[in-house]
Amino acid sequence: MATTTVTVQAGHSTAGQAGRRVWRAVRRNRKAATGGVLLLLFCLIALFPGVIAKDSPTAEIYPKNLGPSAAHLFGTTGLGQDMFAQAVWGTRQVLIIAIGAGLLATAIAAVVGVTAAYLGGTWDGVLNLLTDVLLVIPLFPLLIVISAYVQNSGTGVLIAVLAFTGWSYTARQLRSQALSLRNRDFLEAARVRGERPLYIIAVEILPTMISLLLAAFLTNALYAILFASSLQFVGLGDPNATSWGTMLYWAENNEALQAGYYLQAIIPGACIALLGTAFALLNYAFDEVGNPALRPVRKIRSKRVQSASS
Amino acid sequence: MSSPPVPEPVLEVSGLSVEYVLDRGSVRAVDDVSFTVGRGEFLGIVGESGCGKSTLLFAVAQLLAPPARVDGGSVRFKGTSLVGLTDKQLAATRWRDLSVVMQSAMNALNPVMSIGAQFKDVMQAHGVKRGDEIVARSAEVLRMVGIDPAHLRSYPHQLSGGMRQRAMIAMAMLFTPELVIMDEPTSALDVVAQRSLMVQIKELQETYGFAVIFVTHDMSLISHFSDRLMVMYAGQVSELGATKTIFDKPRHPYTQGLLEAFPSIHGPRVPLKGIPGNPPNLALIPNGCRFHPRCPQVMDRCREEAPGLIDVHGTLARCLLYDAGAARNSAAQPTGGRTDA
Amino acid sequence: MPDDPGTELLRAEHLTRHFKIGGMTSRQTLHAVDDVNFSIGQREIVALAGESGSGKSTTARLLARIYKPTAGEIFYEGKPLTRLRSRRDRLRYSGQVPMVFQDPFSSMNPVFKVSHGVLRSLKLHRPELSARQRLDEAARVFEVVGLDAEMLQRFPYELSGGQRQRVGFAQALVTRPKLVLADEPVSMLDVSIRIGLLNLMSKLRDEEGVSILYITHDIASARYVADRLIVMYAGQIAESGPIEEVLASPKHPYTQLLLSAVPDPRAPLGVAAETDQGEPPKVIDPAPGCRFRWRCPLAIDTCERVTPVLTELVPGHAAACHVAQTGAEVKAFS
Repeated sequence: MATTTVTVQAGHSTAGQAGRRVWRAVRRNRKAATGGVLLLLFCLIALFPGVIAKDSPTAEIYPKNLGPSAAHLFGTTGLGQDMFAQAVWGTRQVLIIAIGAGLLATAIAAVVGVTAAYLGGTWDGVLNLLTDVLLVIPLFPLLIVISAYVQNSGTGVLIAVLAFTGWSYTARQLRSQALSLRNRDFLEAARVRGERPLYIIAVEILPTMISLLLAAFLTNALYAILFASSLQFVGLGDPNATSWGTMLYWAENNEALQAGYYLQAIIPGACIALLGTAFALLNYAFDEVGNPALRPVRKIRSKRVQSASS
Repeated sequence: MSSPPVPEPVLEVSGLSVEYVLDRGSVRAVDDVSFTVGRGEFLGIVGESGCGKSTLLFAVAQLLAPPARVDGGSVRFKGTSLVGLTDKQLAATRWRDLSVVMQSAMNALNPVMSIGAQFKDVMQAHGVKRGDEIVARSAEVLRMVGIDPAHLRSYPHQLSGGMRQRAMIAMAMLFTPELVIMDEPTSALDVVAQRSLMVQIKELQETYGFAVIFVTHDMSLISHFSDRLMVMYAGQVSELGATKTIFDKPRHPYTQGLLEAFPSIHGPRVPLKGIPGNPPNLALIPNGCRFHPRCPQVMDRCREEAPGLIDVHGTLARCLLYDAGAARNSAAQPTGGRTDA
Repeated sequence: MPDDPGTELLRAEHLTRHFKIGGMTSRQTLHAVDDVNFSIGQREIVALAGESGSGKSTTARLLARIYKPTAGEIFYEGKPLTRLRSRRDRLRYSGQVPMVFQDPFSSMNPVFKVSHGVLRSLKLHRPELSARQRLDEAARVFEVVGLDAEMLQRFPYELSGGQRQRVGFAQALVTRPKLVLADEPVSMLDVSIRIGLLNLMSKLRDEEGVSILYITHDIASARYVADRLIVMYAGQIAESGPIEEVLASPKHPYTQLLLSAVPDPRAPLGVAAETDQGEPPKVIDPAPGCRFRWRCPLAIDTCERVTPVLTELVPGHAAACHVAQTGAEVKAFS
């Protein structure tokens, strides 16, 4: 049946339109807007760390284990480093990992998921098997094993490792959406007019999935932060790098909690939590874009209607 | 309203308006609609997409959800106003006196419950407690619609499309209500299943004497079954009267256009024109008569003046052609047909 | 309209398509299309009518090469489709035999402008054209289907259902086809809009010399545009012939049932005392015999055992019914 003309525009848009709708969805949804502001804040901190924190994060020149004060907003570590500077300068590395691994994992997930959905048959079976195997393997132990091999090889390798182990979850989601698209006539139309499968996947399918791709990116970025920090905490990162995870590592090393220097653990923990929350909150906007039923509907107080006497 | 007197109205809708409250302002999906349904009467509501017929139905059945809301007018069922009642108050009337059959049984029936379980659900919700009563009545309504009661154990996906729709109707008949509202129950069915379902509905109606409001876009189908017909366009009633009269002598140019748009399998093959243009976007309603941009008999007046419903020998038509003042203005000027349909 | 199609364009012989259904444990076969034979000539509109599950859509998809036949063969311009090996051959066929889809709301990619499909078709099928020439051709084809050339710049959501279907036809036309496969192109449109599209189809046959396979479940619209009618039931052809003749004197009981059920505002609906309440069967691992026999009031012994073959009863007019083939008058449903 033809749709009614009173529809709120649902799901029909160009790439630019999609961008504008995403922007509007974020702005309108309070949770997403909060997440957006937070993320922006972190990006600014990552871009201009020197402006905010005057001290060097690595210099071990201060008195050890100080509490927060005017000179040291967050106090100092067990090695005499200024924690505020560390937190600020550490933002950069964390964001690079988050965005890098997020993008790479999403790219892999998109390729695998959409190809599986589009090609179907044995290809779908094989790719699904691959995805499922990865889903079932506990990620963190796998990461530990791999990291032990590539220890100290730098951020790039860490990003690659995170991406290649973490793509499976979002691959499933993207495959599901691609499957629901597969029966749309415009894909069959593309096939019938003679387009090649690669073209169809890249040009016809992926652009219509922008919202979900963005949502997948946020999910992957979030998990990248958590896993990267966890690896660093366990000692598999570069202990001399400036990062929140390494702050935790050193705090653990210096037995900060047992000694009562709680801030040394809380500060990096809070930073990780905040950035993670920012990504998670942003994701709320996409739930609504994808499923209009979840949009907040303003409660209309129905006025008592006077019965007309006719 | 000088509509022909209808015996003992079961439903009286008066000046009903429904609007959708959106970010950019509200849109009126139903505008000042009035009609009555008499006891045992079959009223067909016909219109194309965007005319507001489904919204009207939901409003009458008190099933509107935000952002839609009733903006004015009244709905009286056997004298009691339905608008403004709480769910609890409505529960007494719902299903016992007034039931609803939705468009797609697959969407309306619970896919994980057997038909019998769903019937039981309904009956228990309305106070029928005894198991044997429930089973007996369930079997009875299924037989009424021509389904073997053994199917009480079946799940919706095990039934064919036609049988599912019949099961929906059986469910609506559980308490033999006085009014059954149906929203395009045949649109997903093939022509043969459609016909047999319509015949079934008509037979049930004649046996049990309930009134029916039947919403559809298929005018030729409804013509064989309805007593009276209401044609809707852009949220308003454009014509209302006895079905036979409307088909023999359609008054409103839109109705005329609609009737001309059905090719026939009998008689000679004639070229048809359809109606040029598209139904209006309800957020941007044309000035004057809402149909004037597409009307082959448009006059100057029509662009400025919005017509009310005018009685033309017993049929109500919303058209200035029948307004006494029409003689005053310039003669009808046919527009050229636009082919952007 | 020429009854004798002259040059035959496409011919289907013993066309069959089965689908395996059920999981690992049950290996059942759904007979979607079984031993179907028909041909389509130049400059004619052939209506392929039937209820859902009759196999009409599957047949169209077999002709469009979306599915491969399980058995049988399709001949285009005398050559079998299985001989199309190279990408060039296959592209040529898809340009000559394009498809128009049913759902105006999902037949265009919402992310691109409305010109996208047309321009891509041109790029693939007429690579000799320059970019400028492609735009001109797109504009020309839009005018042919009754759309303003400026609509090329719009997006699908800005167009109405009827306009989108016209774009669908434009996409098909731009490759200079000989036969357009139209899969229920008007079923999802408002009634007042359908006529415009049906008139367009007639115009394409008359002025552009294009043949159309018009798939529908609406016999009345088939009568309005088509020259010949093929009625399908449960995966097989029940009857075929010139449309006026089939409608005036239907030979197969199913055709009679179908015709009696078509509502017509200008004629009283024949409501038979015992209204048929049967449904078309899901054809899974069928036994031989006529598939309509359970609903047929005229079924005889042979109908249970032998599957009827589509046989010409009157020149050009064929039916697959044992009773009709005995020469007896078939009057099953009035």
